[in-house]
Amino acid sequence: MFARLFATALACLAALPATASDWDTVLAEARGQTVYWHAWGGDPKINAFIDWVGDQALDRHGVRLEQVKLADTTDAVARVLAEKQAGRTTGGAVDLIWINGENFAAMKAQGVLSAPFAERLPNWRLVDVVGKPAVITDFTEPTEGLESPWAMARLVFEHDSARLPDSPRTLAGLLDWIKANPGRFTYPQPPDYLGTTFLKQVLHGLTPDPSVLQEPVDPASYEAVTAPLWAWLDEAAPNLWREGRAFPRNEPAMAQLLADGEVAISFAFNPGRASAAIAAGELPATVRTFVLDGGTIGNASFVAIPFNAAHEAGAKVIANLLLDPTVQARAQDPAVLGFQTVLDLGALSPEDRARFDALDLGPATLPPADLGPTLLEPHASWMERIAEDWVRRYGSAE
Amino acid sequence: MRGLWLDGLRVTRDGATVVELNLTVAPGEVVTIMGPSGSGKSTALAAILGTLAPAFRASGRVVLDGRDLTGRPPRARRIGMMFQDDVLFPHLSVAGNLGFGLPFGLRGAARRARIASALAEAGLEGFADRDPATLSGGQRARVALMRTLLAEPAALLLDEPFSRLDAYLRGQIRGFVLDRIRQTGLPAILVTHDAEDARAAGGPVLPPAP
Amino acid sequence: MRHPGGALLRQAPRLTLLVIAGPVLAGLTGTVAPAFGLGTGGGLDAFRALADWPGLGAAVRLSLATGLISTVLALALTLLILALLPGTRAFSALMRLLSPLLAVPHAAVALGLAFLLAPSGWIVRALSPWATGWAEPPDLLTLNDPAGLALIAGLVAKEVPFLLLMALAALPQTDAPRRMLLAESLGHGRAAGWAFAVLPALYAQIRLPVYAVLAYSMTAVEMAMILGPTRPPTLSAQIALWMADPALAERARAAAAAALQLGLVVAALALWRLAEAVLRRGLLRAAALGLRLVWLDAALRLLALGMAALTVGAVGAGLAGLAIWSVAGMWAFPAALPETLSLRTWVAAAPDLVADTAMTLGLALAAALAALALTLTCLETETRHGLRPGAGAMALLYLPLIVPQVAFLPGLQAAALAVGLDGTPLAVATAHLVFVLPYVFLSLSGPWRAWDGRIATAAAALGAGEARIFWQLRLPMLLAPALTALAVGMAVSVGQYLPTLLIGGGRVVTLTTEAVALSSGGNRRIVGTYALLQMLLPAACFAVALAAPALAFRNRRGMAPA
Repeated sequence: MFARLFATALACLAALPATASDWDTVLAEARGQTVYWHAWGGDPKINAFIDWVGDQALDRHGVRLEQVKLADTTDAVARVLAEKQAGRTTGGAVDLIWINGENFAAMKAQGVLSAPFAERLPNWRLVDVVGKPAVITDFTEPTEGLESPWAMARLVFEHDSARLPDSPRTLAGLLDWIKANPGRFTYPQPPDYLGTTFLKQVLHGLTPDPSVLQEPVDPASYEAVTAPLWAWLDEAAPNLWREGRAFPRNEPAMAQLLADGEVAISFAFNPGRASAAIAAGELPATVRTFVLDGGTIGNASFVAIPFNAAHEAGAKVIANLLLDPTVQARAQDPAVLGFQTVLDLGALSPEDRARFDALDLGPATLPPADLGPTLLEPHASWMERIAEDWVRRYGSAE
Repeated sequence: MRGLWLDGLRVTRDGATVVELNLTVAPGEVVTIMGPSGSGKSTALAAILGTLAPAFRASGRVVLDGRDLTGRPPRARRIGMMFQDDVLFPHLSVAGNLGFGLPFGLRGAARRARIASALAEAGLEGFADRDPATLSGGQRARVALMRTLLAEPAALLLDEPFSRLDAYLRGQIRGFVLDRIRQTGLPAILVTHDAEDARAAGGPVLPPAP
Repeated sequence: MRHPGGALLRQAPRLTLLVIAGPVLAGLTGTVAPAFGLGTGGGLDAFRALADWPGLGAAVRLSLATGLISTVLALALTLLILALLPGTRAFSALMRLLSPLLAVPHAAVALGLAFLLAPSGWIVRALSPWATGWAEPPDLLTLNDPAGLALIAGLVAKEVPFLLLMALAALPQTDAPRRMLLAESLGHGRAAGWAFAVLPALYAQIRLPVYAVLAYSMTAVEMAMILGPTRPPTLSAQIALWMADPALAERARAAAAAALQLGLVVAALALWRLAEAVLRRGLLRAAALGLRLVWLDAALRLLALGMAALTVGAVGAGLAGLAIWSVAGMWAFPAALPETLSLRTWVAAAPDLVADTAMTLGLALAAALAALALTLTCLETETRHGLRPGAGAMALLYLPLIVPQVAFLPGLQAAALAVGLDGTPLAVATAHLVFVLPYVFLSLSGPWRAWDGRIATAAAALGAGEARIFWQLRLPMLLAPALTALAVGMAVSVGQYLPTLLIGGGRVVTLTTEAVALSSGGNRRIVGTYALLQMLLPAACFAVALAAPALAFRNRRGMAPA
C-alpha cells in the first residue's frame, strides 16, 4: 500500500514540470546566448512576428533570437543530418526548428533531436492537451516531448462573397460547383503540403470509416479506400483552373490566385489568414471563410531542438516564451498572424483570458464555435502514398 | 671591343634553322638586313632582344660592347627597338611616354628638363601633355624614336620603322632617325624590304641566311 | 631563377585550377556517390527509382528543349544586335541598359515576367475590361505551359545581356570595323558581311560563354520553378524538389537525377559542337559562293530591333511591375494600377536591408577581388612563361559553370562541415570564389591575350622589368576590362543562392537568400523590394567599372572603348 503510494507519487513527480530551480539554471545558462531559429521565411508577417518574439526574449531573458529564413524546412533538416554524418555532435548550426509532420517523423526516426524537453517547460501546464490532442500527436506520431507546440492550424476555405455569395458546404457540393464554374478552383500541386492536405480532406470526407486513416497504410485495402478520392479528382480535373494542365506551387501561390481573382474558392491552413490579408490590403474586404460540414483537418506547428544545438538552453527559453499567453494572444490577433492558440483558455488567469477575448477576429475569421470539429491528420504514410499516386496519375501530362 | 657582335647566332624551331647571323656592327654603323616577309627577319631581332617565343631555340652569342648578353632578360640588354608602328603607350601623355625610359633616379625638374630637350630636338616643343592619339604619323614616329634614345641604349634595332609612313614623310623621318644614330654613335641593325632604306642607311646590306 | 618569386608565380595556374576544380570534384563525389549506392550499399536502386518516375521522359525532353532552344535564340538575338544595330540610337540605349539587365537576379526577372504574362497580369489588366470585356481573369495557360515557352522567353531575356557583354568584350580583338568596311566595299549586305567577315573570329572568342549559357539554361532552377511547366517540371526543378523532400529516400533519387542531368549537359554540349562544325562549313561555303544578301538587311534590322525592344521592354515592365507591387496596397483585377499606395512593405523590410546589403557587398567584394587577383596572376604567368592553358585546363575552369549546382553543392557542404569550414562569411566567400573565378577569368582573358605584345617588347627594350611592365603598362591599359571583370564577378557573387545557403548554414544572410526565401511565398510586394535592391547593387558595380576608366583616361583617345 505504502509502496504503491510511493510509486504513484514518483510517477507524478516525473510528470511534473521542471522545478523552479531547474528552470532557473536553464535561464541563467541561456542569458547572453544567440538562438538560431530555422523557420520558413516565405511570409513577411510571420517574419515580423518572430522579430517581435526576439525583442521579447531579449527584454525578458537576455536571449538574442536570429531567424534563419528558409525557403523550405527540409533545408534545416538536411543540415542537421549532414552535421550528424560529419560527426559534429556539438555546436550545431540549428538551435531551434519550426517543424511538424514528415519532417518531425524523419528527425525522430534518425535520432537527431535533443532529449525530451517540451513537457518540462514551465508554460506546458497551460497547453490544452485534452481539447487539442494534435499538440501531442503530430500526424499520429506521438511527440514524446521532443517538440513543443506553438500554433494550431486548421484547413479553412476562402471565397470572395462579392462574386460567390453562397459557398458549398460538402464535397459533393464543391464538385458540383467546380463543374458549374470551370477554371475557378485548383489546389497546390502535390507533394506540396497544402495540396496533399486537400487530398487528405477529400479522402477523409469520402471514407465511410475514417478511423482506418489513423493506422499506417494497409496495402491490401489501399486501393479500395482511395478509389472514391481518385473518382472525385478525375471528375474535377477537366474543370479545374487551366483545365488541370498546371497547378500552383504552394499556399502563397494559392493566395495570390484568390487575390488576382483567378480562382473564386481557395483554402489555407490558417483560419485567420484571410482577415490578416484583408487588414494588410492584400485581399478584397469581401473575402470570407467557410468550413465543410463534418469538419476540416487540423494540426499543430511545433518547435524542436536538434541533438547538437549550440544553444540548447536558449532554445528552451524561446520554446517556453512561445507558450506565454501574451505571445499566444499576439499570434492569434488577425492583424498579426491569426494563428489559433495551443493554450487552454480555461487554464489562464482572468487577465490573460481577457487578452484573447479582446481580439477582434476581423471580417473573415469564423468564431471558434463555427469552425466545426477538427479532423485529426491521417498517419504520415497516407500523405506519402497519396502524393506519390497523385504524381503517377496527374504529375505528367502524358 | 665596342659595337654589336652576333657570334654564330642561330635560331631553330623544332630542329629546323629559321635564321642564322654572323656579323659585327661598329658604333655609328647601320647594317641593313633585307628580305621578303617570312624570311626570319623579325625572329632574328627577337633573338637579339631576348624576346623569343618559347617555341624557338637560340644558340650562339650576342655580344654588346664586350658584354655577353646571352641569357640576360631584355631589360638588362640596353638594346633599343623601333617598330613598324610607333607603339606609343596610349594611356600615357607624350611626356609620360618619353619619361618611361628615363632612369628612375632622375626626378623632378631634371626629369622634366630632359623630356623638354628631347621634345625640342624632335621639333615638338609644347607637346608634353598631348594625348599621343592626337598626333600625326610623323610626330608619333619622332616621339617613338626620342623615347628609345632617352633610355640611353647601347645599340638600336629598327624593324621596318618607315614602312607605314607615306612617301613624303618617309624620307624626312628616315633622315631624322639616321642622323640621330650617327650623332649618338650607336651600332644599329635595320630590317627592311625597301631598297631605298638600305641605300640611305649606307652600311652593309645582307640577306639573312635561311 | 631569373626573378624572385618566379617559382611561386609559376604555380599560380595550378593553384587556381585547384580552387575551382577541387571543390567541384569533391562535392560531385559527395553528391553523386549516393546515386550509385556507395556508402549505403543500395547499388543502382536510386536509378531504378528514377526510371520509375513517370515524368522522367518528359522532364528530360523539357530540359534539353528549353536549354537548347533558349540558347539558340539568345545567341541569335545577340548576333543580330551586334551585326545590325551598332551606330543606331537603339544600340547606345541598349548598351546603357546592359549592366542593370545583367545584374537583375534570375528569380526577379522570372517573377516580373510572370506578373506581366499571367492572365491576371499587367498586359491583360491594361486591356481589360474595355478591350477584352473580361471582368475576371481569363482561364488561359500563358504561364507554366507544357511546352516551356514561358520558360524559354525568361531564359532568353536573361541570357542575351550576358552574351552581349561577353561579345562586346571580345569584339575589339576581331578588328570588326575594318572587316565590315572591307565586306561592304565588296558589296556585301551588313548581315552577310558581318557573318562572313566578323562572326568566325568573334564566335571563337565567345564559344565558352555560349557553352556556359547552354549549361545554365538546361539546369536553371528558380526560373523553371516560376515560369516552367509543372506536370512534370524540368529535370533540374524536379531535382530541387526531391532534394527538398523530407523523405530522405528522395535524396538518392535526386542524386541519380543529378548524375543524369550532368550526362544531359555533356550530351547537349557535344550536339552543340557538332552543329558548330556544320554551320561553320555552311558559312564558309556561302562566303565562297559570293552571296551578298543585301536584301536581307532591312528585314533583319527590323527583327533585331523588335526582338531587342521586346526583351528589354518585357524585363523592364516586369521589374517596374514588381517595383509598383512593393508600394501597392490593394490591387485587384482588372485595375491597371493599385487602388492605394503604401510604404508599409518597405518600412517593414528596412531594418534587414542595411545588414543584408552590407553582407552581400562584403562577400561580393572579397570573392571578386580574390578572383581578380588569381586571374591576373595566372594571365601574367601565362604571358611571362608562354604557358597557354591546355584544353584540359580550360575544361576544368568551366566545371563550376557546367556541372549543375544541385549536383555538387550538397556534397561540398558535407565536405565543408567535415573540416569545420562552414557557417562563416569567409567560408561563403570561398564558395562564391568557385563560381566567380571562371566568370572573371572568362571576361578578362580575352582582352588580356589580345593586348598588343609589342608594347611589352618596346618597354623591355626601354629597360623596363616584367613587374614594371605589369603595373605601369599592362594593368592600366587593361583597367577597363579588369574592372568589368570585377563587376561581373561581383554580380555573380550577389546572385548566388544555393552556395550561400548551404555553406553559410543559414547564418550568412544576403539579399539573395532573403529574396529567394521570400519568393517561395510568392508575395509580389516583398519580392519587389528585394529584387530592386538586388538589382541596384551589381548595377552600381557596373556603373563604377564603366565610369572609372572613362574618367581616368578621359583625355586619351587611344583608350576609348572600341
